[in-house]
Amino acid sequence: MTGQPPTPKPAVLESRELVKLYPKVRAVDGISFAVTEGTCFGLLGPNGAGKSTTIEMMEGLLPPTSGQVLFRGAPLGQRYRERVGIQFQTTALQEFLTTRENLRFFGSLYPRQRPLEELVALCRLEEFLDRDAGKLSGGQRQRLLLAIALVNDPEVLFLDEPTTGLDPQARRNFWDLVQGVKARGKTIVLTTHYMDEAYLLCDEIAIVDHGRIIAQGSPAALLREHFDDSVLELPAPEARKLEGGLQYKEKGDHAEIHTADINGTIARLLAVGASLAHLRIRPRTLEDLFLELTGRELRA
Amino acid sequence: MSNPILASWRRLRAATWARSLEFVRDRSTLGWNIAFPVLLVLGLAYVFSGPGQPMFKVAVLAPPGAALDAGLHPFLGTPQVQFYREEQQPVALHKVQLQRIDMLLDLTATPGRYWINEQSPKGKLLEQLLRGAGGAPLQQEATQGAQVRYVDWVTPGVLGMNMMFSCLFGIGYVIVRYRKSGYLKRLNATPLRASEFLLAQLLSRLALIVLVNGAVFVACRLLLKVRMEGSYLDLLLLVTLAASSMIALGLLVSARIASEELAGGILNVLATPMMVICGVFFSIDGSPHALQLVAQLLPLTHLVNGARAIMLDGAGLAQIAPDLMALAAMSAVYLFLGAALFRWRQA
Repeated sequence: MTGQPPTPKPAVLESRELVKLYPKVRAVDGISFAVTEGTCFGLLGPNGAGKSTTIEMMEGLLPPTSGQVLFRGAPLGQRYRERVGIQFQTTALQEFLTTRENLRFFGSLYPRQRPLEELVALCRLEEFLDRDAGKLSGGQRQRLLLAIALVNDPEVLFLDEPTTGLDPQARRNFWDLVQGVKARGKTIVLTTHYMDEAYLLCDEIAIVDHGRIIAQGSPAALLREHFDDSVLELPAPEARKLEGGLQYKEKGDHAEIHTADINGTIARLLAVGASLAHLRIRPRTLEDLFLELTGRELRA
Repeated sequence: MSNPILASWRRLRAATWARSLEFVRDRSTLGWNIAFPVLLVLGLAYVFSGPGQPMFKVAVLAPPGAALDAGLHPFLGTPQVQFYREEQQPVALHKVQLQRIDMLLDLTATPGRYWINEQSPKGKLLEQLLRGAGGAPLQQEATQGAQVRYVDWVTPGVLGMNMMFSCLFGIGYVIVRYRKSGYLKRLNATPLRASEFLLAQLLSRLALIVLVNGAVFVACRLLLKVRMEGSYLDLLLLVTLAASSMIALGLLVSARIASEELAGGILNVLATPMMVICGVFFSIDGSPHALQLVAQLLPLTHLVNGARAIMLDGAGLAQIAPDLMALAAMSAVYLFLGAALFRWRQA
């Protein structure tokens, strides 16, 4: 997407002032946003922020304490479930059924089904199509669960922490699949606590903390809006040589210097005799943004 | 748009198929479901073929108001023998034929009379005790009709008990496990309705139970020459209704629970009394009235009574109609409650 002004598309899905109260917690405390057709909307936040509760209310599985979810402008009706696909954070499947049988079983619960071959190709299930679903690896399992979420060719796909617990390679593979789904024009709502996942997949994100949205926009716009500097990372002992000359923050065994003037900062470091052997310069990330907004680390 | 009834039928069929496939492929569970009842029947046949049951049960027809003690007849003072009052001679005599009781005394006639089952070693022993007890001599009457072995009597009870365990635990644990693992939550995200899901569980388990117990029944007929006087179709109808009611009871218990331990506890609380007071191993004739009333509320009682009536007496549908109706009513009530209370997810 280039930076043209967006033509106003109607929202596929809209949440209005969603609130969910549990006996001792305000899990969701007034969340409103709209998801545009064909885009991927991400709810980014730490564990316990209220992301999963919000997405389950959007899925129509959890009744909100107050507020409303609208699908194409109308309240969620009886047939909403036939038109959306859901992948939960953790899902057990029935034991002793193969990948193929699981797809066939879930498919037959819907009036409209996507052909099996298409699902297999889209989610790359060929190599374990006839294997017992209980014997799949973590990554294979998530691919099967994605295929099950797509079995009815849904208009909206919900992904709740889809790559939590996967190894880096499996996560990357999964992102490829989701981008393939996106390329077919599907609307996606995603929750994650991985900022790289949100940055890569989402057209728009809402950063959620304590049941409220604290920032919202496209990842690039959010970063532009809050930061005009970059981050220099180097080993902590080297940074300490600055001795109060330049501001730095120690994080474990390395230190970070936030600056818009990279040349000047490097010149100062050289002047105090700091080694640049392990210097790393990186742009600001959503992780930094979360820290900036809440004073806490995203993964803490 | 497709026809909603057709769509519902397709979902029901798919869920039944998926569950049955899981059960059939789970070899260890399936094997156990077949092996256990066979072993149980063989074991019991062996145990009860020998002597050595300490307790004797004697029905007494006595004048109204008379206490059943040695004052009425010295034999009634015999220790280790349970004497209880019966009112109708033909009913009591039938119990002698079935070895549900060991002897029938009639002290309303003069001279007094008694009946025993010639097949029953306990009856023979009691006869010796009676002769040794003194008092007015009693006259032995011939017991008419077929006399039933204990194994004939106990087999319907044991198969019924096994069905009960298979229904209650097989259904209860599976649903609780599905809920705990989040599988039910996933199904809830599809158009599958709770009633369709529950009915699918009932149908797949019912089909398996009828098939497995049918096979075990045939094995018992061949190996133990178990008596079968009535119609196989009537027995099938009875077993189908009984299994439905017990599966529905399992569904009701597991409607909300997400812990195997809790489910196991509740199922045991239901199953253990059924094993004891529904007359699986011992007849409950002569037990306190309240206990017999409670037994009438339990599905296993109706299954065991109905199956014995068909297998031992050749009873037809008319005679077991009260049992059939009780089982049908229990199925409906449990299923309705189970569906109304059902939750897809953990609270």
